[in-house]
Amino acid sequence: MQRRDFIQLSGLGIGGLLTASIPVLGNAVSPEYLLEASGRGIGIDTATKKRLSDIALNAAKSKGATYTDVRIGRYLQQFVFTREMKVQNIANAESFGVGIRVIANGTWGFSATSDVTPDGIARCAATAVAIAKANSRLQTEPVQLAPQKGVGEVTWKTPIKKNAFEIPVKEKIDLLMKVNSEAMKNGAAFMTSNLFFVNEQKYFASTDGSYIDQDVHRIWPTFTVSVVDRAAGKFKTRDAISSPMGMGYEYLDGLESEKIKAPNGLVGYRNSYDMVEDAILAAKQAKEKLTAKSVQPGKYDLVLDPNHLGLTIHESVGHPTELDRVLGYEANYAGTSFATLDKWKTKTFNYGSKLVNIVADKTQPHTLGTVGYDDEGVPCKEWNLIKDGILVNYQAIRDQAAILGEKESNGCCYADNWDSVQFQRMPNVSLQPGTEKRSVFDMIKGVDKGIYIIGRGSYSIDQQRYNFQFGGQLFYEIKNGEIVGMLDDVAYQSNTQEFWNSCAQLCDKDDYRTFGSFFDGKGQPSQVSAVSHGSATTRFNGVNVINTGRKI
Amino acid sequence: MATILTKEEAKRIIDKVLSYAKADETSVNLSGGRTGNIRYARNSVSTSGESTNLSLGVTSVFGKRSGTATINEFDDASLEKTVRRAEEIAKLAPENPEYMPALGPQTYLSTDPYSESTAKMTPDFRAQATFESLDPCRKKNLTAAGYMEDSTRFNAIGNSKGLSAYNRETSVEFSITVRTADGLGSGYATQDVTDVSKLSTKNMTEVAMQKAMASANARALEPGKYTVILEPAALVSNVDASLLVAMVRSMDARNADEGRSFLSKKGGGTRLGEKLFDERVTIYSDPTNPEVPNGAFSGDGRPQEKVTWIEKGVVKNMPYSRYWAEKKGVHATPPGGNFIMEGGTQSLADLIKGTEKGILVTRLWYIRPVDPQTLLYTGLTRDGTFYIENGQIKFPVKNFRFNESPVIMLNNLEAMGKPVRIGGNLVPPLKIRDFTFTSLSDAV
Repeated sequence: MQRRDFIQLSGLGIGGLLTASIPVLGNAVSPEYLLEASGRGIGIDTATKKRLSDIALNAAKSKGATYTDVRIGRYLQQFVFTREMKVQNIANAESFGVGIRVIANGTWGFSATSDVTPDGIARCAATAVAIAKANSRLQTEPVQLAPQKGVGEVTWKTPIKKNAFEIPVKEKIDLLMKVNSEAMKNGAAFMTSNLFFVNEQKYFASTDGSYIDQDVHRIWPTFTVSVVDRAAGKFKTRDAISSPMGMGYEYLDGLESEKIKAPNGLVGYRNSYDMVEDAILAAKQAKEKLTAKSVQPGKYDLVLDPNHLGLTIHESVGHPTELDRVLGYEANYAGTSFATLDKWKTKTFNYGSKLVNIVADKTQPHTLGTVGYDDEGVPCKEWNLIKDGILVNYQAIRDQAAILGEKESNGCCYADNWDSVQFQRMPNVSLQPGTEKRSVFDMIKGVDKGIYIIGRGSYSIDQQRYNFQFGGQLFYEIKNGEIVGMLDDVAYQSNTQEFWNSCAQLCDKDDYRTFGSFFDGKGQPSQVSAVSHGSATTRFNGVNVINTGRKI
Repeated sequence: MATILTKEEAKRIIDKVLSYAKADETSVNLSGGRTGNIRYARNSVSTSGESTNLSLGVTSVFGKRSGTATINEFDDASLEKTVRRAEEIAKLAPENPEYMPALGPQTYLSTDPYSESTAKMTPDFRAQATFESLDPCRKKNLTAAGYMEDSTRFNAIGNSKGLSAYNRETSVEFSITVRTADGLGSGYATQDVTDVSKLSTKNMTEVAMQKAMASANARALEPGKYTVILEPAALVSNVDASLLVAMVRSMDARNADEGRSFLSKKGGGTRLGEKLFDERVTIYSDPTNPEVPNGAFSGDGRPQEKVTWIEKGVVKNMPYSRYWAEKKGVHATPPGGNFIMEGGTQSLADLIKGTEKGILVTRLWYIRPVDPQTLLYTGLTRDGTFYIENGQIKFPVKNFRFNESPVIMLNNLEAMGKPVRIGGNLVPPLKIRDFTFTSLSDAV
C-alpha cells in the first residue's frame, strides 16, 4: 500500500480551499503516461479484472468470509499550480491497487495491496478475514447487510466531451497564464490559479454477483486574486466563482448560453465556465473591496447566490442527514447530528419552511456525486431528504438500511482510493428551485433591507450542525429593492432549523446551477470525496449578520 | 524488502541512483514506513488496518527546468529507468524562474525521534489498547468513539552535490470521545507520543469519561467576552485548524513582504522586531527537545535548528523559502518541524483554582479563518465546557461560537500553566481575558 502524499498549501494559495493540504494519491508519473492511462491504454483488461476479483472472492470465502467485495482501482490525478506568470507545480499522479472488504464472524474486515497479482490478492483477502476475526471479539452486534441483487457485468462512464488528460499541459498553462495576466492587468497585485483533474477507474465485484466497471471524471478550475493597499496596510482577496464539476475539459469552454446574468455585472456560470472573464471581474471586485463599507451588524434579509448557498446546504443539510453521523460513528471526529431518528420518526419535524424541498441524488448530469453504482454495488438513484419542509429520509448504505426500516441501501457508499475502506459519504444534496417564474433581479426588487451574497467564504458549524457562521466572496447591500453598494466584513450566524424556516422565496429553474466541494473530508483516517449542491438564488428573511472587522 | 531501511541501506540505494544521473543536478528522496490504525464507535470497532510502503523519488534538473519521477521497485533496471524518466520530464518542463540550486553537504544536529516500542506495535497490541478504552465505558453505560494511529517511518535524501541526510521516527496519536447514553454529555481527551509505552488509552479514556458525565445538562450563559482557560487541545488540534498552529504557520516572510500577512507593516515592510504580544509570550522550535523530538532537516535538506520566532512578545524570526531569502539577502530559516511555547509551572487545576470567574474550554472545533489580515478565526467549543467561580468548576455550560484572533488572545494573557505535548508541539494551558464568544450552540 502507498501512504498518501500531501501537497502542503502554504504558499500555493488554493482558491476556496481553506484546509491545510490537499491529497495527492499515489506515485508521480508523466503527463504522457496519464494520457495513455486515462485512455485506458495502460493496465489490465476487464476480463483479467474479473478473474482477479474471483480469486479474492474465493480466497475470502475459503477463509470463512460470509460476504466479500473487491475494488480494483486506478486513480489518476493532474493538478496544475501557478502564481503570477510562473508555473509553481504540476502534480501528475497514479495510484493502482486492490481493496478487499469482508464480513467474517459478523464483523467487517478490510485489507488492501498494491500487489495486484493472484498471490498478492489471495494474501490480501486472507488478511482482511484475519482482521475481521480478530476484531470480532470486541464486537457487540453482527453487521446486518441489506440485500442487493447482483447486477451482472455492467459498465458506466461520466459522459464527458473532452478528456482533460488528453489536453496538452501547454494548453492548460497557456490558459492559466492568460487568466493570471488579465487579472494583473485589471489590478490584481498577486494571482494564483489552479486546475484539478481526476479520473477514477474503478472495478467492483462482490459475492452478490456484480462485476461493475466505471470510469469517472471530475474537473475543478479555480483562482485567488489578491489586491494590496500598502499605504493603508490592507489586503483583500477574491476567489473564483467556478464550481467543480463531473465533466471533462469542456467545462472550460465558457459558453455564453451557460451564463446567467445578475445585477452589477455579475455573472453566474451553469455548466460552462469562462475563467478569463471571471478573473477580470474578480480583480475589479477585489479592488472595490478595499474601500467597501464595513457592515452594520443586525438582522438582514439575505439573497444567496447558488455559488454561495451550495456550501450552506452542504454543511447544514448534507452533513446532518448522514446516517452514520446520526448513529454516532463519527462522534470522535466530524461529530454527530441534531437530525436524530426520533425527530425523523415523527414525520412532522419542520427542518425548513414549506418552500424547502431537498433531494439527494447520484444521477444528476454534470455533478460530482453522479456515478452508475456506489462502492458497494448499489445502483444510483434520487430520493427526498426534506419534502415540503419536513425531514423524511437520510443518506444510508447497506449496513444501515435496516435501522431505517428500509429494504435497500440508497447507494451512498464511497472510498477515495483502493486502499481506503468504503463508508457512508454524501450524495449530491440539492435545493429544488421554485415553481413560480422569478429571476434574481425580481427577487432583489422585493427586499427592503438586505444583503446579496456571492461565493464561498469562511464556513464553520458545530459538531451537531445547529450553529453555523458563513462568510462569502462578495457582499452587496440592498436598500428598498436596489443594490446600493459593496459591503465588507460580513458573516451571518444562524441555527440550522431557524435558518431553513426563514426561507422565504426561490428563483426558478432558469437560475438553478450547482456548487461543489472537491475535497470534502470525513473519517479516520481521513478520506476526501467530491459532491455537488444545486440551487437557484434563494431569499432568507431576518438573518443575524455580524461584523468580522478587527484591529490588531 | 523491509520498508524501514537503515541509514546505510538507504545511502547505498541513493548513491546507486546518483551514479546513473546525467542531468545538471539530481536529488533523490527515499522514504518508507508502516502505519497501523484502529477506529471504534458505538462501543465497537468500526475499522482497523495496517499498511506499508517504500518509495523513491528522483528529481532531475537541467538549467531551471526540473522533473520528478517515482518508483517502488528497487532493482538496478528500475532505478535507472526512473532516473531517465525524471530527466525526460525535466527537459519538457517549463523553466522555473525561482529555481534554487541544490544544497551541498550540510551539518545536522543529532536528534532522536524514534522509539523501538512503537516500531514493534502489533494488531493485538492495538486491540488490547482499544479494549482498555472500551471496557470502562461499557461498564459505566457510556458510549466510546476513539481512534489510534501509529506510524514508523524513515526518510533519506541525497543529491549530486554531496548532500546526505537520514531520519527515522515513530509516532502514535490517540483520541477518545465519550458520550452519555442519553446524548446530553460529551467529553474528549487526546494524547500523542513518540514512544507508545508513554501512552495510556485507559487514563485518557477516564478523563473523557469524567468530562462526559460532568458535562450533562449544560446551562446556557449569555454570549460575550469571558475569561477562559484554554486547555492545550483547545490551542492545538491534530484534526482541525487551530489558533496557535494557524498563527505560527502564518509567519512566512514572503507573504509579509508582499503586504498580505498579519506581519505586514502599514506603508510597506514587515513587523519583524516589533512587540506584538504580551511579554510572557515566547515561542521557538527545537528538534532536539526530548519531549517533542523531530527530524534534523527540512524537506529541502536545510538543517532544523533551535529558532526563536517570538521572544518576550517580540517577533524575532520569520521562515523564508530559499528563493526569497536569497532575494532579500538574509539567512534562509526553514519553517520549524515543531514548536514550543514557554509556560509557567502551574497545573491546569492550579489555573482553575486561581480563577474568580471564567470558562474552562476542553477543545475548539471547526476552526476556520475569517480574516487573514487580522488572523480572525471562528469556531466552537466542544466536548467539555464548564463555568468556573471562586476557583471551582461550578456547572457545565452550553457550547459557544467564538470569533477571536490568536494575536489579540496573546495580548490578553492572564496566566500560563505547565506546557504539555500536543500534536507534536509543547503548549501550556492558557488563561485569557476578554475571549470573544458571539453566539450559543445547542450541540453536545
